[in-house]
Amino acid sequence: MSEAAEVIEAEARRDVRNRWLLSMPALLIILLAAAGPLLIVVVYSFLTPGPYGDVQWQPTLSGWVNVFLERDIFDETLSLADAHVSIFMRSVWLSLVTTVLTLLVGFPTAYFIATRPDNSRELWLFLITIPFWTNLLIRTFAILQIIRNEGLINTIMIKLGLFASPVQMLFTDGAILTGMVYVYLPLMVLPLYASMEKLDFRLLEAGYDLYATPFQVLRRIIVPLVKPGIIAGSILVFIPALGAYVTPSILGGGKNLMLGNLIELQFGQGRNWPLGAALSITLMLIVMVALLFYVRNAKGAGGRHG
Amino acid sequence: MARQFSVRRQTGFTAIAMMCFFALYLPIAVLVVYAFNAGTSLNTWEGFSLQWFVKAFENQQVIEASIRSLQIAVVAALVATAAATMAALATTRTEPYRGLTLKYAFINQPLMIPEIVTAVALLIFFSRIKVWTGYSGLGYLIAAHTAFCIPFAYLPIRARLENMDLTLERAAADLYATPWKTFRYVTLPLLWPGILAGLMLAFVISLDDVVITEFVKSAGQDTLPTYMLGQLRRAITPEMNAISTLFLLLSICIVTVFFFVNKKRI
Repeated sequence: MSEAAEVIEAEARRDVRNRWLLSMPALLIILLAAAGPLLIVVVYSFLTPGPYGDVQWQPTLSGWVNVFLERDIFDETLSLADAHVSIFMRSVWLSLVTTVLTLLVGFPTAYFIATRPDNSRELWLFLITIPFWTNLLIRTFAILQIIRNEGLINTIMIKLGLFASPVQMLFTDGAILTGMVYVYLPLMVLPLYASMEKLDFRLLEAGYDLYATPFQVLRRIIVPLVKPGIIAGSILVFIPALGAYVTPSILGGGKNLMLGNLIELQFGQGRNWPLGAALSITLMLIVMVALLFYVRNAKGAGGRHG
Repeated sequence: MARQFSVRRQTGFTAIAMMCFFALYLPIAVLVVYAFNAGTSLNTWEGFSLQWFVKAFENQQVIEASIRSLQIAVVAALVATAAATMAALATTRTEPYRGLTLKYAFINQPLMIPEIVTAVALLIFFSRIKVWTGYSGLGYLIAAHTAFCIPFAYLPIRARLENMDLTLERAAADLYATPWKTFRYVTLPLLWPGILAGLMLAFVISLDDVVITEFVKSAGQDTLPTYMLGQLRRAITPEMNAISTLFLLLSICIVTVFFFVNKKRI
């Protein structure tokens, strides 16, 4: 090897080494206070629950068995844990419905923003960005005030004579759904807008020249072109919705649990840390599957139109 | 005259968008209005008053929780932004090298894992460390916040760096600037808007956090959001509206600055 080539290679090696050194602080912090502890959760899920929370260091599968099965306290037989299964189903179902509803509302909204003239577009975008960075707890509290028995909706409906007495809306699945759609809507609109911003409107013109109806233009041109945004938005809504804790615990009350609340219970009143750990990992696995789906589809969508 | 045909028009989209904006802001507006209610009711207007704001400021728990929130957010945002800036410099403007994808995955990891899972993991991990070391101060909360703030600080900084080419830095090096001087006088000033945006994002994200804080905090370490979560489970008075309004105001100020810093191009 010539001397010059050696010098260049040494330079490149040093560059990579410096880059590792530079990224060390970020990597270490995340390792210590985010990624690393996840491995401990895996270990804990195979241990025996302690009497007052925490664990005893005896390996067992009971944490995992309890995710879907429950042991009868009298005859020790195993049966399907109906409560857990229904909470899983409800979480997935509510998250899916939330995703679809945010898409149905978010798509026209993002399209509206993307088709504004340059000078007013920034303002509309800003109006979406504000709720995006506003505390989720405060926004949930705002919804709580609207749908309470004494809230705005019931008050107006009673004044108009449409309801005879307040309709119980709080502490229902509908309340959780309303809250989640409300708090996660900006997460759908922003990625949708990002891909609509790049839309080439001459393609719509071409569609109309070929006698397409507006609906055909929407379905055959706009939707396929902004598919990456649709997928990104759906993932951004679905993942936090599935792990939602604050919104269901405030709007769903004690009975309408979602996965996040079920996990929390194991570390609070329920005091079964291994079960909580196993539930957490199960939630993480569902999210991983959703992310894999995203990666595969995003690549496909990018390849076709890129 | 017939209405002008526009290729961009989709029937009903504008109406849905308007309803969407209305629905986004109505609950917040109601919340803010009742913060100024003279009575204790959240739904009957009994006249204008600032008494709930006064009550909030006289509430020792609120003040302590707010100070704690700010302390954590300032430290976490500063450390996270410093770490994220270095990480962004290390992962942009380079040929792909071994471990680069791993770094991306690692830095963005807190974004991909549901918050509740990280919260549980930290609860388990930190409770062990608390037993071992006997330390139970704010350090745990700061560490946790710093970790999940890093990806948020990293995003705008990386975006800024990717739009910057290496020409100016090479020119500085040609003029015998040391690497440090090049960074200090060329890279850093160009990168500054990105760093500022990252810092503000990290600050807001830390300030808003509920779930991880709720699990990691020791007794008596309530931040403003966890204090509010606790209050929401009890009887609610307009004092909550007043606190929320002030919190909202702070977030809106930061977001406004962020929005304009981020929009400005070189």
